[in-house]
Amino acid sequence: MSEKVLEVKNLKMYYHTSKGAVRAIDDISFSLFKGETLGVVGESGCGKTSMGTSLLRMPTVPGKFEGGEILIQGKSIIPMAERDVRKDIRWQTISMVFQGAMNCLTPVYTVGRQMYETLYEHKPMSKKEAQPIIEEYLGHVGLPPEVAKRYPHELSGGMKQRVVIATALFLKPSIVILDEPTTALDVVVQAQIINLLKRLKQEFGLSFIFITHDLALESEVSDRICVMYAGKIVELCENAQVFGPQGPAHPYTEKLLLATPRLHKKVESLAFIPGAPPDLVNPPQGCRFAPRCHKVFDRCLVEEPPLREIEPGHMAACWRCF
Amino acid sequence: MSTTTVQENDVILRVEGLKKHFVPHLSLVESLGKPKKIIKAVDGITFDIRRGEIFALIGESGSGKTTTGKLIMKLIDATDGRMVLDGEDVTTLDKPKLEEYRKKVQMIFQDPYASMNPRFKVRKVLEEPLSIHRIGTGYKDREPLIREALESVKLTPIEEFIERYPHMLSGGQRQRLATARTLILKPKLLVADEPVSMIDLSTRAEILAMMKDVQQSMGLTYLYITHDLSTARYFADRIAVMYLGRIVEIGPSDEVIDNPLHPYTKALIAAVPEPETGKVSVIKDLPIFGEIPSPANIPPGCRFHTRCPYAKDSCKEQVPELVDVGGGHLHACLRAHEI
Repeated sequence: MSEKVLEVKNLKMYYHTSKGAVRAIDDISFSLFKGETLGVVGESGCGKTSMGTSLLRMPTVPGKFEGGEILIQGKSIIPMAERDVRKDIRWQTISMVFQGAMNCLTPVYTVGRQMYETLYEHKPMSKKEAQPIIEEYLGHVGLPPEVAKRYPHELSGGMKQRVVIATALFLKPSIVILDEPTTALDVVVQAQIINLLKRLKQEFGLSFIFITHDLALESEVSDRICVMYAGKIVELCENAQVFGPQGPAHPYTEKLLLATPRLHKKVESLAFIPGAPPDLVNPPQGCRFAPRCHKVFDRCLVEEPPLREIEPGHMAACWRCF
Repeated sequence: MSTTTVQENDVILRVEGLKKHFVPHLSLVESLGKPKKIIKAVDGITFDIRRGEIFALIGESGSGKTTTGKLIMKLIDATDGRMVLDGEDVTTLDKPKLEEYRKKVQMIFQDPYASMNPRFKVRKVLEEPLSIHRIGTGYKDREPLIREALESVKLTPIEEFIERYPHMLSGGQRQRLATARTLILKPKLLVADEPVSMIDLSTRAEILAMMKDVQQSMGLTYLYITHDLSTARYFADRIAVMYLGRIVEIGPSDEVIDNPLHPYTKALIAAVPEPETGKVSVIKDLPIFGEIPSPANIPPGCRFHTRCPYAKDSCKEQVPELVDVGGGHLHACLRAHEI
């Protein structure tokens, strides 16, 4: 197997609220290999975005790391000084396209000016020096150089998303976290952006963490799929192990896949998962999915299943799978 | 069965040549020396919605699908064209008539978090339409209707929900409540504008199934507005595809998706991701160029020609009209027979 660019070991990140600690990331471990796309899927509130921001070592306030390790190219980043993270890690080694970032471009500056700001923060240089770099990266994402002189409101959603992607690639990171990069876009534009991301990955030799709630989209972009539920990883496996004929192992993944409407297959009824995800201040004892699971049995309610290998390259956290 | 042979009384709503043009408000300085730009959001659409069916209106943002929904709800007035509900011309209505109309045509909005008063308890949310339409006097009188509405959307046990505030409900429960709020007036036609796009995938199917149950048990008709072809196929009987204010294809759901005739529909279908393995290293072939033009600047001729891989010179001049190819399947493409 190729080299590990990122390794997460038993990571815990809790949000400390007045109601108690919300266990948004609760003991998760995985690795990201060079050149692969790891897809992270799950419902809202399962910890997908928290994981993204944690990997940049900037959990949203009031989030705090409660244990575990994040190793980026072998370096443990949690104990590092903030200055060093800024200098070497954030945006230089690992960057992120935030959810809805295209709507967070400031309306009062031109696109070029905003891109320059990012560049300047990390590598102080004059605007003149920056211009060819900005134009080069706009070219990489399929935009003409004039876009640098435009204001965000003059651009379409797809163009803004391209600008945000260019800005994430600027400092030549090796890992890019993409948090719902196409959710607000129309289906044609979504497909165009996905094609672009695939080309960029090849061209720059990137590794992606692709966060989305859309399993169908994951099937098209991700080499491996990581399914999260209530702050935990419940299944981690190859693309074909979820979307191939054999189908996923964990009942949660199974139901999510059945709930995904398919364009080319007419079905009488779609599956759904009754109930709602648990409160992460007081998660249920045993398996966190047990209250909503259709395959639940006694053991699930008392003992939490570990994430265990059930076949080569296929991990699942379910007593039914072992 | 083609649309032209449908019996008049099978049609609940007929829309003929409907247009909505917006004229932007410009200051004097802005308007000097510039030609007035008219935004043609909806630009001449004609369709029938049949009694008891689910009719889906599909399109990208900027296609005019939401404007069409608002026109049908009569939240805005049409610039041109005609609407006939149950044989009655409803294009312009005075206030008492409009109130009657709103009882028959109700809407479920996209955002279940923004469409409810946060200070109203569930029972107040459901009582409001009754008091607006002066149905019953006082809560005691209205309670049976409120309970019935909650029952029909399965927000049960009723006691548990009726005293809650919207923030105490999940997205799916709110959308059930929004549906109950429309059903309480016993409407004939429900306009649902992206009712599940903000709901988690795990519960989306549950809401659609509930809406379908209610539709069948109460004999309702839905206009389902969405950008999502996959749910439209699952949910709707017929689909109309909109592009830049015009309908480019219309037909039974299975026909439109399995046998699309318009190049725009083909492109939409090609772009939809399907949950299958083996596509990770494939760059998708998309038979469409660029992005949707602004409705303030609509291309001449066929408005899709700027993005169409099959466009010829004639497409730049001639405006294609909807052509019936049989089986109620219509398309507006000059070259559909060649491609």
